[in-house]
This record gives sequence, C-alpha cells and structure tokens, in this order.
Amino acid sequence: MPETNGHSNGTNGQHAVGARNIRPDGMDKVTGRARFGADYNLAGQLIGRVLRSPHPHARIVSIDTSKAEALPGVKAVITRDDFPDQSSEFIPAGEMMMNYRDVVRNVMAREKALYEGHAVAAVAATSVAIARRALKLIDVKYEVLPHVIDVVEAMAPNAPLLHDDLFTLGVEPKPEKPSNVAKRIEIKLGDVEAGFGKADIIVDREFKTAPVHQGYIEPHAALATVSEDGTTEVWTTTQGHYIVRAHCARLLGMDIGKVRVTATEIGGGFGGKTVVYLEPLAIALSKKAKRPVKMVMSREEVFKASGPTSGATVRVKMGATKDGKFVAGFAELKYQAGAFQGSPVQPGVFCAYAPYDIENVHVIGYDVVSNRPKVAAYRAPGAPISEYAVESVVDEIAKKLGIDPIQLRMMNAAREGTKAAYGPKFGPIGLEETLNSIKKTEHWNTPLRKWQGRGVASGFWFNIGGETCVSLTVNEDGTVSLMAGTPDIGGLRASLAAVAADELGVPYDKVRPIIGDTGSLGFNFLTGGSRSAFSGSMAIVEAAKLIKADLIARACKLWEAKPDQVEWKDGAVRPLGALAEKVKPMTVVDFAKVAGKTGGPIAGLGRINAQGAGPSFGTHLVDLEVDPETGRVTILRYTVAQDAGKALHPAYVEGQYQGGAVQGIGWALNEEYVYGADGKLQNAGFLDYRMPVASDVPMIDTVLVEVGNPKHPYGVRGVGETPIVPPLGAIANAMEAATGIRFTELPMSPPKVLKALKDKGLNKA
Amino acid sequence: MAKHHIAATVNGDPVEFLCETEDTLLDVLRDTLNLTGSKEGCASGDCGACSVMLDGRLVCSCLVLGAEMNGKKVETIEGMATGEQLHPLQQQFLKHAALQCGICTPGFLVAAKALLERNTHPSETEVRYWLAGNLCRCTGYDKIVTAVMDTAAAMRKG
Repeated sequence: MPETNGHSNGTNGQHAVGARNIRPDGMDKVTGRARFGADYNLAGQLIGRVLRSPHPHARIVSIDTSKAEALPGVKAVITRDDFPDQSSEFIPAGEMMMNYRDVVRNVMAREKALYEGHAVAAVAATSVAIARRALKLIDVKYEVLPHVIDVVEAMAPNAPLLHDDLFTLGVEPKPEKPSNVAKRIEIKLGDVEAGFGKADIIVDREFKTAPVHQGYIEPHAALATVSEDGTTEVWTTTQGHYIVRAHCARLLGMDIGKVRVTATEIGGGFGGKTVVYLEPLAIALSKKAKRPVKMVMSREEVFKASGPTSGATVRVKMGATKDGKFVAGFAELKYQAGAFQGSPVQPGVFCAYAPYDIENVHVIGYDVVSNRPKVAAYRAPGAPISEYAVESVVDEIAKKLGIDPIQLRMMNAAREGTKAAYGPKFGPIGLEETLNSIKKTEHWNTPLRKWQGRGVASGFWFNIGGETCVSLTVNEDGTVSLMAGTPDIGGLRASLAAVAADELGVPYDKVRPIIGDTGSLGFNFLTGGSRSAFSGSMAIVEAAKLIKADLIARACKLWEAKPDQVEWKDGAVRPLGALAEKVKPMTVVDFAKVAGKTGGPIAGLGRINAQGAGPSFGTHLVDLEVDPETGRVTILRYTVAQDAGKALHPAYVEGQYQGGAVQGIGWALNEEYVYGADGKLQNAGFLDYRMPVASDVPMIDTVLVEVGNPKHPYGVRGVGETPIVPPLGAIANAMEAATGIRFTELPMSPPKVLKALKDKGLNKA
Repeated sequence: MAKHHIAATVNGDPVEFLCETEDTLLDVLRDTLNLTGSKEGCASGDCGACSVMLDGRLVCSCLVLGAEMNGKKVETIEGMATGEQLHPLQQQFLKHAALQCGICTPGFLVAAKALLERNTHPSETEVRYWLAGNLCRCTGYDKIVTAVMDTAAAMRKG
C-alpha cells in the first residue's frame, strides 16, 4: 500500500511505518515520570469535593450552603445557581449526540437529582479534611420520588417519570403524554415480512445485557485556575481537550479563546473520558475562590457518577433458507440511556446486521431514561450489545442447519459492494479474510474435552474521521517536532512519529511527538471513534506535503533551477537530468542548516476534516471450560483476527485487539452494575465490580489482516473499537457448545451459570 | 491531634516529614514527597497501581498508613532504574509494548520486580497469579506477561 501511494520514503529504505518502534513517551511511563491527571499541582491550590445525591430520584427543594461557607478554610461553594440554564439543542458529539440542556443538569443537578451519586453541590477548601467537613454542612432538602432502574419497567405506561417534558421523538403523531422513552429509531431494507416468508428456519430470541463501566484505572481528575480577568487554564485527563474547552466555555459563558486546556497523560478512557464532569465545577470554584482548584474523583464516584454504557433488552429474529442463506433479520433494541437521553442505540441499530449481506432487514431501537448515571461512550458504543444478540442467533441457525459456523458466516458475509441496512455500500472490507484466517489457525483445529466449548463470532464498527490539526516543525539541526491535538491513549505518538519520519525521510528517533494544548493548534475533535491514528496520520501527510513543496522551492532558489528540474524522492530533494551533475541532493537536515538563508523556519500545518474512515471487521475464536460444580467459566484459549487496513505500529494494533478482547471477556462473564431495590448501586468498587485480572485470561493470539483502506494514504483503518464487539457472542456461543445451554443474559457469571446447569440437571451437586 | 514525625528511607535517600494519622503511605509519597509515580486507582487495595516495596515486602501503599513507614525502607518506581540504566523489566516493557495508557505500569513493574527477586524461573501461571493484584484495562495482560517472562529468561542468562 505505502509504495503505490508514493509515501513512506524512509532513509536508507528503512520504513518506520510498520516497524515495532519503541514508543517516544515510553521512557517516562516506565520510570514514573509521566504526569497523569492527578499528578499536576499548582502553588496555592485548593481541594475541590462534590456533594452527591444519596437518592436515586428526588426533587431538590432547597440547598442551604451558609454553614459550609462559614467554615474556616472553605473558599467557595457552588450549586445549580452557579450554572446558567441552557436551551435544548442536539449537537453531534462524535459517535453520540448531546444536548447542553442535559449536560448542565448532569454536571450539577438542577430541579431533581436523577441518580444516586448525581452532583448537587461542590466546595473548594484549603484541605481535604475541611472540604469533607464542609460537604456535611450543606443542607439539602429533598422530596424523595419513586425511582425506576430497569429499562423495560421504565418503558411501562405508569413508570415514574424522570422528565416531565420528554416526549418520544421518532413517532407520529407526537405522543400526548411524556414518557421515559426519549427516542424511537428505525432502519429498513427490503421487505422483512416477505423475507421471513422465504425462510425455512426462523430463530427468535430475547437477550439481556447489564450496564458495564469502561473501567479505566485512572479516576477523573482536573485542575483549574481562573484569574481575575477570566483567563482560564485547565489540566485534565480527557480524550479531547478541545471538547472540554468547548463544553466549559458554553456552560460557564466564557469566550473559547480565554480558556486553555492541556490534556494530561490519560490513564485509560475507552469513551468514558469524552464528556465533562469535574472540569466545569473546578473552573466555577476557582472563579469564585480566585485560587487554583484541584478535583479528583474517588473510585466510588467514578462508578456512581461517570460512564457506564447501556444495559439493554434486545430481541432478534432471523430467517434462513435450509442451505444457509440469511433471508430476513429483525431486531428490537431497548437501550438504557441513564438519567438523560442519549444511549448509543443508534449505532446499535446500525451495526446489528452490518456483518451480513441480507436483503431484508428491519431494526427498531428505543432510547430509554431511568434513574442511573448518564451513559457515556464505551468502545464501539452500542455495537457489542446488538451484535452479541445477532451473533448468538447466527450460531443457533448454524447448529440447527448443521452448517459450520465459519462457513455459514462466510456464505452470508458482507463484502465489497454489499449494501448495508444502515445505508452505505461497503468498499473493500476484510470480513471474509478474518473468517479465513481464523479457519486456518491451529486453534480452530484443536480437539476439546468434556465441559469445554468453542465459539466464534464476527463484529463490525464504522470508525470515524473528523476535524484534525497537526504541525510538523523542522528544527535547526534537522530533528523534527511533531505536535498533535488528540490525546495519546495507547501508542498514538509512536504511530504518528513513524509516519512523520517516513514522510520527511528522517530517522524515527529524530521525531519528537508531543500532544499540544488547545492554544497550540486549530480545533481537534477528540480521541474516539478509532480516529486518532487514522486522521492524525492523514493530517501529517498534508503537513509534510507543505514542507516538501517548500523545500523544493528553496532548492530551486539555491540551485537556480526550475521546479521540473527537481523532485522529492527517498527522503531528499533531488536534482534531475543535467542538474544532477552539478549539485547534490539535499535532505531535511541539509535544509535545516540553511533555513535562515533560504526563507526562515521550516514548518507545516496539516489541517483536515478527515473523510473516508474505513470500517473494520473482526472475527474472534474462543475456547472455554465450565466448572459444573461452581459455574465458573475459564477462558482457555483466544484468537482475534481483524482487518487493520495497514498497521502503522503492529504491536500497538495487537494491543488494541488483545485489550478489547479482554474487556469483552469481562463484559460477557462478570461485569455488571448491581442495584438494590432502593435504587442504589451495590458494587461501586473494583472488589465487587469484577474486571478481568491476569490470572483470569490466557494469552490472546492475534492475526493482523490488512485489506488497505483506499481512502487513506497508507491504507489505515481505525482499529481500537471493533475488538470489543465479537467477544460477547463468541463466548456465549462457546458456552452453548460446552453445556448445550443457550445463555441469553449477560454476564454469564458463576451464580447464573450454576443455576442454568442445575435447571438442566447438569450440575453434580 | 499532633502530626507524626516520621524518618524513613525512600529509594535509598533519607526523608523526614510530618504527617497526619489518616494519611496513607500513598498520600505521603505523592503529596508530601512529590513522588507521583505511584498511582491511586481505587484506594482500596484492588488495583495495585500504588504498589511499592516496604522493607522488602510488596504492599499497596493505599492500605498502609504513612506513619507506619517510620524507620523503614520504601522503594518506589522512581528508584527502579540505576542512573541511566533501566531495570531489565523496564526495558522489556518498552520492547514488548507492554503498556498502552501507562497508568498501571509503575505498579506492574514494582510487583513484577518483587516476583523475580523471589522466583527467577516463574511459569506463565505463576506470573499471572502474582500479578493478579494489579489491574490493567488496556492490554489484556498478554504483552505484560510476555515481558515479565522474557525478563526472567534474560536475567537467568545474566
């Protein structure tokens, strides 16, 4: 791919792209130097703490902060009164939609507290101890209201209403009464009823998934300082500091130009750090106190007040002919949005049948509010849920028809030219290649024992591009400074530095990539949608083009040549024809030395709205063993095959595959938000919210499939999100193979598995 | 209540400070001694991001009081490299891309070093169980376990 597009002109024929280079930020991260959100401090800073609602649903009658304000050491107290109300307006936020009317209410409860943990007030004080005491002195009068947690119960006609003004969008005529159903969406392709008419076999199942948290190890943290003239600086752990700037400016009525946000190193996000929680509070407190304010969430606050992703109830009905052709797919998805509308049900609807070429598809989705924390994006938001349900039904069809599950998928696989039910026709895609790769593995052909099962599932995610701005600067000695504006969450700097090195013909270790603050570059959309390496590398190619054109012009001046007498090739401006007899080629280093004499600094700004993101398909294969005495499931072996388009840095692409698979294992087997009848979260800690640890999982084998994305100069596709899509279905299918039981509820935790085994008389006890 | 006067050794250097009774060892390291390489992920001993050595014992510093370090030796991530020479584990973590976001990395390195000091020939299972007290949400553990196993092999060869 790179050669055909005329890029990757590394020095001495060595390409940095595609090599397993040491990451430029690695040294700081293995020595403890790297500064994450909570590692920043300013002289004279105060500590900010949040008072949170103990009730899942309550009207806030009054808030008296006078006693807290009178406590020595308390410098500021804020409540809903410190945030002007916002009008209702839906704006795109990457893969999700958002509405500032809801954002202002989520960062600080207004009329009502809508979930346990909802912020009600915040204080800034000279010490943690004083801040804690101050919170206890704030007198909030609540009128406790009936609550609703479950998505199906929330849709019932007489369910407790969260918002009096929420009328279901997407139904005609507009409903007369408000409800908890924010939106109904629908996609149709062909005629699904006619399709079912042609089916020899129809499988119709209902599935349930639990809400799961992104589970980043670094809690949210922000440090803000506001000067007397309103100049504001913020350091925060975020996936998008430009987005933080935009949200804070809007919520607090500030000019965007007055706010400078620096993204600290980020300790995991997975979509959960694409929204604001602490930042507007820290700014509001600092504005009042006229001192810097630092805020860090506890793990309990992270669980109760940030993330998670939706739990859902999903019905899937698929029809196939007896020789295995899928002829109809119907699905109905009910996704929890949490306390405010905006679940990822739309991507869930779009993705459900995307891996398959089916003529007749009908998918309906509902976005439903309930008294839970507002959901945030989580890695391929919405897709794992709907695709889990479809992949389970595909597996059941394969079993019933006696067709090999890979073969069945191959027969129906989306390929170049397939029209997806959600609209587009696919370009070149790699689903078939991933299925073929899995079939060829030794893993697929290894025998299993009793209580062991093997499962396979495929998955799809769109990927996005978006607004991106980077700069390349050639320093006086020919080294290169690279600045990007999308936080590096898992090796981005390594990938971008490799592209810059190859584009400019300098060694990889002569490129120093940094993530600039919001004052350094034009607007950058956030790191999300698997876009940062895709879009960032595209923008670097643009920046490098400008530099190369500039160097060619300088060479023409130095050599008194015309543009057609020189060319950029293999990392240098080279004289052509007769000129080659007279002068020697000049590299970036050569130009750096004479920059002052030839026109001044050498720099290029790449600014694009990246288009042409290529979807990435993957297929996962898992072996597991069920312990019939305890219901515990052990993952024995795992293989991921996924289309990367082109792996800029293969080790970090593998890392995405492995990490996504293990997050999926947690989602499938253990993780869930557990609520009591009182509407309170019962497992807001890592001991009871059980994420996979090293002893829970085996090595995760990977196959890097590379079907180049023709819209990208190097063929890159986003890779970060797809890996979390297939595990849920693959594991459920392996469970069926091991036990003969079709599990339709996640997580398949030991108590549920044991009960299912007992119900079938399969348990020894 | 009066603050406690503490004298201890951190990464070979003498330290002396005052701390509150409720300050954890992690609070002291991060806020008093400005050693922010140890991270707070949970404050309940579940994530291991704050792992340090206390008199040769691997502990979660969020579960130890600052006052308990009086007269003791503490080793943190900041003391792992010797001059410009990285510890072999640090080198292998870089080589194997055994970190993505890097927040858990200091804890994993400290814990893995403690393992290799006790067991020069750990099996994959032993590595996985020893590191089960350290959460990583990015890597799926594969490259971390590989890096630790490779370090052990390299250190055996000398």
